Amino acid sequence: MPTYVRTDKCDGCKGQDKTACMYICPHDLMKLDKDGSETGHAMRAFNQEPEQCWECYSCVKICPQQAIEARHYADIVPLGGSVQPLRGTDSIMWTIKFRNGTLKRFKFPIRTTPEGSIDPYGGKPKAAMANIAATGFFTGSADGGVTKGYRAGNPAELIRK
Amino acid sequence: MAGEFGNPEIVEEEVDILLIGGGMANCGAAYEVIRWADAAAAESGVNLKIRLVDKAAMDRSGAVAQGLSAINTYIGTEQDPADYARMVSNDLMGITRDDLAYDLGRHVDDSVHLFEEWGLPIWKTDENGERHDGSKGLPALKDGGKPVRSGKWQIMINGESYKWIVAEAAKKALGMDRIEERIFIVKLVNDKNDKNRIAGAVGFSTREHKLYVYKAKTILLAAGGCVNIFRPRSVGEGTGRAWYPVWNAGSTYAMAAEAGAELTMMENRFVPARFKDGYGPVGAWFLLFKAQAVNSNGEVYMQKNKEMLNDYPPYGQAAVPASCLRNHLMLKEMKEGRGPIYMDTVTALAKLKETLSPREVKHLEAEAWEDFLDMCVGQCGIWVGENVEPEKKNSELMPTEPYLLGSHSGCCGIWTSGPTDVGAPTTEDHAEKDKIPAYLPQGWNWGYRGMTTVKGLFTAGDGVGASGHKFSSGSHAEGRMAAKAMVKYCVDNKDMKPELDTDTATLVEEIYKPVRTFLEFKDYTTAIDVNPNYITPKMLQFRLQKIMDEYVAGVATYYTTNEKMLQVAQEKLDMLKEDAMKMRAKDLHELLRAWENYHRILTAEAHLQHILFRQESRYPGFYYRMDKNFVDEQNWKCFVNSVYDKDTKKWNCFKRKHYDLVDKSKLFKPAAH
Repeated sequence: MPTYVRTDKCDGCKGQDKTACMYICPHDLMKLDKDGSETGHAMRAFNQEPEQCWECYSCVKICPQQAIEARHYADIVPLGGSVQPLRGTDSIMWTIKFRNGTLKRFKFPIRTTPEGSIDPYGGKPKAAMANIAATGFFTGSADGGVTKGYRAGNPAELIRK
Repeated sequence: MAGEFGNPEIVEEEVDILLIGGGMANCGAAYEVIRWADAAAAESGVNLKIRLVDKAAMDRSGAVAQGLSAINTYIGTEQDPADYARMVSNDLMGITRDDLAYDLGRHVDDSVHLFEEWGLPIWKTDENGERHDGSKGLPALKDGGKPVRSGKWQIMINGESYKWIVAEAAKKALGMDRIEERIFIVKLVNDKNDKNRIAGAVGFSTREHKLYVYKAKTILLAAGGCVNIFRPRSVGEGTGRAWYPVWNAGSTYAMAAEAGAELTMMENRFVPARFKDGYGPVGAWFLLFKAQAVNSNGEVYMQKNKEMLNDYPPYGQAAVPASCLRNHLMLKEMKEGRGPIYMDTVTALAKLKETLSPREVKHLEAEAWEDFLDMCVGQCGIWVGENVEPEKKNSELMPTEPYLLGSHSGCCGIWTSGPTDVGAPTTEDHAEKDKIPAYLPQGWNWGYRGMTTVKGLFTAGDGVGASGHKFSSGSHAEGRMAAKAMVKYCVDNKDMKPELDTDTATLVEEIYKPVRTFLEFKDYTTAIDVNPNYITPKMLQFRLQKIMDEYVAGVATYYTTNEKMLQVAQEKLDMLKEDAMKMRAKDLHELLRAWENYHRILTAEAHLQHILFRQESRYPGFYYRMDKNFVDEQNWKCFVNSVYDKDTKKWNCFKRKHYDLVDKSKLFKPAAH
């Protein structure tokens, strides 16, 4: 379902040097048409290669104007349905509309910590060169719950040792 | 001076550690490497310069970009790493490296615990056996919380932001000044003084007119698997709806092969049976909702055709038969005209509802939709377009076009040094050992965990062959293992200085050639895409896909081929490789596509050559060599490995002996667990 950009909502991310959709698309599909020479709509983004779109929705979820939606693959899917998310900081809300008009809404958590709050090495041990050839990650420590850098197996299972 | 199209700026940089790719594996590497690099600086006085480059944005790059609804590898306290190694082996028809699988099995849970600490919601089961989503504050896995198992190895998550979370930790660990996004590395460079050592890599920005030449003492190449070398079942807009991410272009395998790294099991492929057209996941439907797959008469083909499993002992006789054999039983129904194949969602949900309260039923419906919404929104698109509500209407299943990968249910990839403490062989001892080129290492470990046969070149995730079933968590853990070994490599070789075997001018002209070709010839014709002097990356991809589909066991022939067909395909590929030198790039976006497709060709050729070399059909249901349509345990229960010579452009395939490091017979006893 290639994504498409609504001309009435996209603001080209207000002329910043990159748009949110261009920044995020994993497949380099979104492009800002600065002067309108490619689409007839200046300062709007567009999907430059719709048949390469994986429908990952990264652009749909990140667009600050909610200007991006998806029209499901025309070579496969009957017209009329839509699947549209609204992604917040801790949850995502999906609105699902069937071709026959049936409507469903779902809300799912997406993370349990505030965005940007990860302290990657907070409370973690430092690595020691003495262990660099040993099995296990630097995270191994006696008070790490069941996480001790690795989970040793039953030695009897290794039949060639 | 800033570059412009046709006149790019050249950026040269020297680093100790270069991480290529920003997916799960390199996010793991980024996290682990800093701690060990800090130790190297503090204790050994070695300060390491580290750089990560990603062709996309790390928040949404790699195979987990969209999100996932499960973590498929979590060992937990009730299973042993040896159980995991056994499962991996059987699913891949007996030929995997137990050392790699076992090592991954004992490391992987640590990464899962980190994901949960960072904020990934992991479903839990409470003391009454009821399922809760991951925001409910039940105890963490590392503190004894009970995950919701959707299978023996899988745990359910609310994973829409899985990659976003893992990338946040990786970016913070590494620091943004060590990360460059939107740089596509297209070629590795060997060392001038030792052609079997890595010295650097070259690539370009897809945003600015800049070409990058890196010198690096050590490189972690983790750029995913390979999608779109076969003609996909959907060829219009639906081309993009590949099962595995469409941006996985075989860059890992192609760049490693050109650098001289030994590849392994490139004949292996994965043909997932998925919901038709959208390729939505089936795991939760089979394992969590207990649905069954049926033919058009409502017959369960895994029951009806179960005798066929006995044709492939012992792999068909495990409690869970190998994935390819499950396809094999499904294909019988399709070929004999009893399609479509359906996932019987109606019966499964009705059965579950018999014992559930209305609240639980509502939750169940949400779970079923979340499974797609977290990782495959496209499948929901098909359901809404076709008015499919799973409790009212069954959905079709279909085996997809083939995919090449090493982290999911596939085992192709690079031959990689394993752990030294699990009983792996250290010598070669078999009849054809003399056919292994003498410069290649013997045995399964040669100094640094995760290193390929090229000194200083490491890999992880989809890059590591002969293992498989690592998935997202295992790829992260494997990246961490490699990163640690890379720091050791740098400390051990602190005085070594990499020197590129090719001068910068030659390298940049080579990678920029599609642009030069375009600029030179663009005005010869009036139609930009039709020009006898060049080929567009898109048409080149179509040509590759047609060859692979029609001759190398794609969907067009129900996954069948033979020696003659493979030889015809090789002739056509030889010409395609020549024509790849005439690809055009009218902008940076097309330069990206040009090099992706070059990588696809080499990956496809490796696949073809390995299938040609292996005189049997090891993966019935994934491909059939119809002239050798049997599994030959006597002669072919071995690894098929290869090296590529970038000068002669030829492959050299050879055998390496397989050993069991854990006892596989346990798989075939009744219910060990």
